[in-house]
Amino acid sequence: MYKYDAIDRQIIDERVKQYRDQTRRYLAGELTDEEFRPLRLQNGLYIQRHAPMLRIAVPYGMLSSTQLHKLADISKRYDRGYGHFSTRQNLQLNWPMLEDVPDILAELATVEMHAIQTSGNCIRNITTDQFAGIAPDEVVDPRAVAEIMRQWSTFHPEFALLPRKFKIAVSGTKEDRAVVQAHDIGLEFYRDAENKVAIKVWVGGGLGRTPILGSVINEHLEWQHVLTYCEAIIRVYNLHGRRDNIYKARIKILVKALGIDEFRKQVDAEWAHLKDTPNTIPLTELDRVSAFFDEMPYENLPAHNASFDSAVASNPAFAAWVKRSVHAHKKPGYRAVTLSLKPHGIAPGDATSEQMHLVADLAEQYSFGELRVSHEQNLILADVKLSDLFTIWEKARANGLATANIGLLTDIICCPGGDFCSLANAKSIPIAQAIQMQFDNLDYLHDIGELELNISGCMNACGHHHIGHIGILGVDKDGSEWYQVSIGGKQGNDASLGTVIGPSFAAEEMPGVVQRLIDVYIQSRTDEERFIDTVRRIGVAPFKAHVYDKASKEAAHV
Amino acid sequence: MSNLIRDNAIAEDDWKLVKAPAGGEETVRKQAGKVVLFKLTGEATYTAEQIAHTVIPTIGKVLVPFAVWIARKDELANRLSAGEVGVWLETHEVLETLIQAQPDLNVFPLIAVHVERFADGRIFSIGNLLRTRYGYKNELRALGDVLRDQLFFLKRSGFTSYLIRADRSAADALSALNDFTLPYQGAVDNKLPVWRRVNRGATESTQ
Repeated sequence: MYKYDAIDRQIIDERVKQYRDQTRRYLAGELTDEEFRPLRLQNGLYIQRHAPMLRIAVPYGMLSSTQLHKLADISKRYDRGYGHFSTRQNLQLNWPMLEDVPDILAELATVEMHAIQTSGNCIRNITTDQFAGIAPDEVVDPRAVAEIMRQWSTFHPEFALLPRKFKIAVSGTKEDRAVVQAHDIGLEFYRDAENKVAIKVWVGGGLGRTPILGSVINEHLEWQHVLTYCEAIIRVYNLHGRRDNIYKARIKILVKALGIDEFRKQVDAEWAHLKDTPNTIPLTELDRVSAFFDEMPYENLPAHNASFDSAVASNPAFAAWVKRSVHAHKKPGYRAVTLSLKPHGIAPGDATSEQMHLVADLAEQYSFGELRVSHEQNLILADVKLSDLFTIWEKARANGLATANIGLLTDIICCPGGDFCSLANAKSIPIAQAIQMQFDNLDYLHDIGELELNISGCMNACGHHHIGHIGILGVDKDGSEWYQVSIGGKQGNDASLGTVIGPSFAAEEMPGVVQRLIDVYIQSRTDEERFIDTVRRIGVAPFKAHVYDKASKEAAHV
Repeated sequence: MSNLIRDNAIAEDDWKLVKAPAGGEETVRKQAGKVVLFKLTGEATYTAEQIAHTVIPTIGKVLVPFAVWIARKDELANRLSAGEVGVWLETHEVLETLIQAQPDLNVFPLIAVHVERFADGRIFSIGNLLRTRYGYKNELRALGDVLRDQLFFLKRSGFTSYLIRADRSAADALSALNDFTLPYQGAVDNKLPVWRRVNRGATESTQ
């Protein structure tokens, strides 16, 4: 993965110094709350319900063992011994002290980490596929460009105070796993007719209060122009985005209001001036950064491993885990492993300091010292030999990291919700936990099959509820917490936004509601169908009818 | 003591800022239940009456709203030749209106951009466009809610002077101009991104 040189180090050291002074001035009363707010936000520090929340950047989801050990130490020393991995592949601490943050940043800097632009109205952490570099369906590894973009966006002077937050995702696979269509800018890398690396550029997607999938603004952008082209897009947005209304300030509203054709025209007019300016990436720079993402020193292994095959055949629990948590790899004899941060009954995405140390050790021992965070809030060892899988499973299982539910109903994407977040309208973690307990039977869970259930505690949609096959949104009605349910959302190349099934439910009804949705699916599915396929085939109506049917509701309460 | 920073030092301000008289009763606008804090780009700024009634001091250097200058440029022609007229704009004003009236901006020894709230990042794009698109070479000043934590971004966006908000110390703010030694990306003050300035270990020169 990318390693800092003296320039990177100097920038984050200077950042720590700058933020230390900003904190000092705030505590000394030289900065008002309003003046400090964007400064702390651009450093990932929120003022939350109980304490500040600090969001630490994990650029495009890549971590080294050393970094994860450091995060584990920081969680122990400055927090309550755990952290929360977020849907933007970052790590959030729920209980740091505002006064300690400069010291935390100084600690992070020693392992080439920071919290720069993890919040605020600026370009945020760039996200990508957790299987970048190893996925069999990958056409272009997008991480080198993602790193070049990380540097370009860090303290970009023109875009330091945008109308609203700005999220970029990159993807280079046949099957999109980075949700590029739900980002302010989504960059889909591919090889064109001449076998050159090109980018299909999506703009104006986003979830939140007004969920919209992005539109294609450019079918074919040559990779070296990616920075200047993004500058053109963001400049049009910076000048014309709606600063008068926070709910209409995202770029998606501007794109919608102008229409994609007019927006493209304005961007092209801007780009005519910016194209080929010095921020155009030379091949030498791409090559320099790409070298950090060179292939790992893999062994030449046979495609099969006898001890692995026999363990799968003889151990049903291991086999179930392999089925869900082990993923294809481009190299024979290697696999990627997802360690589940979704054990039933625990806040989704949370990891204790001890678990972080353990995962860091596993990565060190079995996966070249690197790991990834997925936007589904799990941890991934990307380069594991078949022969090591059983050992990893045993160690992970002993530490609560081997729930065989990856991609299944209880692998819930969930924001911190009303338990922690001051923006939330309703709690989300207890809903996730109650649903996990309702579906605690693993055989049943596997029988239901692939299903993405996403929960957000408010309109801001950190839990991506719009693109969950089942999406749950916490809403506030007269001061009490209710939950609106949608079905039919999906991430990927055929992304779609879910449809709300009807009036919202009380918290205690939610496990029963999900159960009734599953019942309809089980009755209606064909052999091949996943939940989402059935919804797409038969529509929302049968689900709605059963969920709101009085008799079935009462039956469910018995 | 002056609160003006010019060319990396505290400097005396010999320009008189000219404002148009207040218009009619400004109505408080709301969106989504909140008071609107930022005007939209292109919103009308001054009425003809306000422009006509703007009082311009008869001696010394004057910094006038560009809409006033466009409407009353004949009256100011001699003083412009004497280098005594600068123009300023609000962040929601459209730069192209000024360019149409005055394609060569270098007739002005000073252009200033007024930022009503520091969080309004349009000022950075405006600075950038003035320098890179419209070829403005003279003093470019930030006015209004100008605070030290935005100075580095302003400097990189082409500004060369900063009138720090009256209740804050310009002397304290000075150091913020050098918050970062080697920024990553090319911008107005240094067009070259770091990989074109420094050899970061790439195999051949990228210049």
